[in-house]
Amino acid sequence: MKRTINYSQGIWEAFDYVLANYPETFILGQGVWSPWYVGSSMTDLDKKYGKERVIDSPVSEGVCTGIGVGASLFGHRPIIIHPRMDFMILAMDSIVNQAAKWSYMLGGQANPCVTIRSIINRGGEQGAQHSQALHSWFAHIPGLRVVMPYSPKDARDLLIASVLSNDPVLYIDDRWLYEQEEEVGDVEELDLSKQGPRVILEGKDITIVGASYSCLLGLEAAKQLQKEGFSCEVIDLRVINPLDISPVIKSVRKTKRVLALDGGWKNCGLAGEVIASIVENIEPTSFLSKPARLTIPDVPAPTSLELEKKYYPSVEEVCHLIRRCIQ
Amino acid sequence: MEARKWIEEPHREGLGDLADPQKFRHSLLIHNQDTNKLIIQLEKMLLIRAVEERIAELVSTREVNCPCHLSVGQEGVAVGIAQHLTPQDRAFGNHRSHSHYLAMGGNVDSLFAEVFGKKTGCSKGMGGSMHLFAGDVGFHGSVPIVAGTIPLAVGAALSAKLSGSDAVGVAFFGDGACEEGIVHESLNFASVMKLPMIFVVENNLYSSHMDIHLRQPNDSTARFAKAHHMDYRVIDGNDVIAVDEAASELIRRARAGDGPGFLEAVTYRWLGHVGGSADIDVGIRRSVSELANWKERDPIRRLFKALENNQVYSASMLQAYQDHLDNLIQSAVKKAKEDPWPDPESLYENVYYSRAIG
Repeated sequence: MKRTINYSQGIWEAFDYVLANYPETFILGQGVWSPWYVGSSMTDLDKKYGKERVIDSPVSEGVCTGIGVGASLFGHRPIIIHPRMDFMILAMDSIVNQAAKWSYMLGGQANPCVTIRSIINRGGEQGAQHSQALHSWFAHIPGLRVVMPYSPKDARDLLIASVLSNDPVLYIDDRWLYEQEEEVGDVEELDLSKQGPRVILEGKDITIVGASYSCLLGLEAAKQLQKEGFSCEVIDLRVINPLDISPVIKSVRKTKRVLALDGGWKNCGLAGEVIASIVENIEPTSFLSKPARLTIPDVPAPTSLELEKKYYPSVEEVCHLIRRCIQ
Repeated sequence: MEARKWIEEPHREGLGDLADPQKFRHSLLIHNQDTNKLIIQLEKMLLIRAVEERIAELVSTREVNCPCHLSVGQEGVAVGIAQHLTPQDRAFGNHRSHSHYLAMGGNVDSLFAEVFGKKTGCSKGMGGSMHLFAGDVGFHGSVPIVAGTIPLAVGAALSAKLSGSDAVGVAFFGDGACEEGIVHESLNFASVMKLPMIFVVENNLYSSHMDIHLRQPNDSTARFAKAHHMDYRVIDGNDVIAVDEAASELIRRARAGDGPGFLEAVTYRWLGHVGGSADIDVGIRRSVSELANWKERDPIRRLFKALENNQVYSASMLQAYQDHLDNLIQSAVKKAKEDPWPDPESLYENVYYSRAIG
């Protein structure tokens, strides 16, 4: 049955679905008993499924993440919650050295099927340690699947796919998308290893590539530029590690122009990776304009509202860059 | 800034005599003990020592090239604990884990094959000495990030508790690991959640070349257990009976749901941090005489002497067993040398358990 849900509802429904249908799942992390319930994306799950399975934790990002890795080796499918990605940095060893490597270095005899949910939570004058989008760091690590849903349906179904995946998965959602709505059908259990980029708007003049919130920026810009007679194709990467770049290449072969959008920093970031993968696969002469990227500037997030406005790319900036590429 | 000095004054609440190699040299007291069990323990320690001494030789001749951290001299700890564990338990190790792997019953051929980097190794030739796996006997992995597996063992304990199993999580680590913050997160979590978890500190007084007195204000790590309201024992790790008794009690309590335990076993490694040399020129105390003194506190000799005095084991039985081990090891090394390397494709395999795109 079709109905409209928003992005945070999608997340909530995914938790509800896996907790109801998979007794081997449990949740561990900070804030899952708090009155705010992680941006209302986890409201009352503790009441519905019990505090033994929905476990609020000490302020111990490192051990909680390692616990998820360890418990996942013995039949559980743990979901570890980091309500803000900045704090997850304290869990780097468990994510990078342990979760991502265990299968490889033990010859495939152990597979940590832990899901680590972290949230990009920017704006609101929160500043340098409460606003980071560090997905590119994690996408650099072989062995870790990194998922960044844009649509409410993906917020739901890719979270379920992450939990059901037999690999360690970092699922990253963005608070700026929580109010986005979409009409969805019933839950689909997807095989995460088969999920990749998807064209979410067809067009012929330029390919706009992004993940998560960047897709929204791309779509808004495309809508605006349509009025000016430009036709933009928008690709939602969905899974940024391992990254299947082929749908992007196919699109750029057609449009001959590309803009990579990313909410992270520029140097060694996702946008640069997208462009590099495109230019090494397409003849330089076939481009109608130089490949372009738009990211946040390479500085920490400011606090003051006026600086914040300047810091985060706007739809208008995206439009401006696209006009420059096309004209 | 003044360089850190070893404070000469003994620490009042520290290890005291337990860290003094002039003490605890006596042969073990074995009345009221099951001597068959003690013989099994002796032979397990002999196996670990013989395997590791052979690996030390293979490292010095450069036939084995991966970093090998050996526990010669520390065998009593792994053996005393492992006998209380079953294949359902979940033990995790560290960079120095041949002893844990062997004490729990890991296959000798597979260990040699692994240090040679062969396909038939316990980690399929993908791990080497520092990444061992023997899940079928309850040894679920060792890695060289010093405190890296401790939270994983706590997760294994949480998983056991959630599924109502009576399995325990066990983390083997050293005094150096206690200087990493994750240990405190782990102790706190296990304590507040009352998990079936055993923390085993093999305190050998050194982390690589660094004496514990240069790293910690007190040489006993059990103070961290106390701070986290956790049941703990501090014992002579070169007395396998003492390890056995302390482990028995802590593991029984953990299985019964009475919460985690912390076992600090004081010991000493005869070889250096890595490889086969004794490294006597590092640290502030590690000298020829200190090493010689610790060799007098040999966990194997002390148990053997006791069994010999009680006429349940003899020098000729010891010799026969050592001959048996020589054959076993010779055969394992020969096989490992002849075994195939990992297939070239395995470079790209098992990065993901589910096959990845592309």
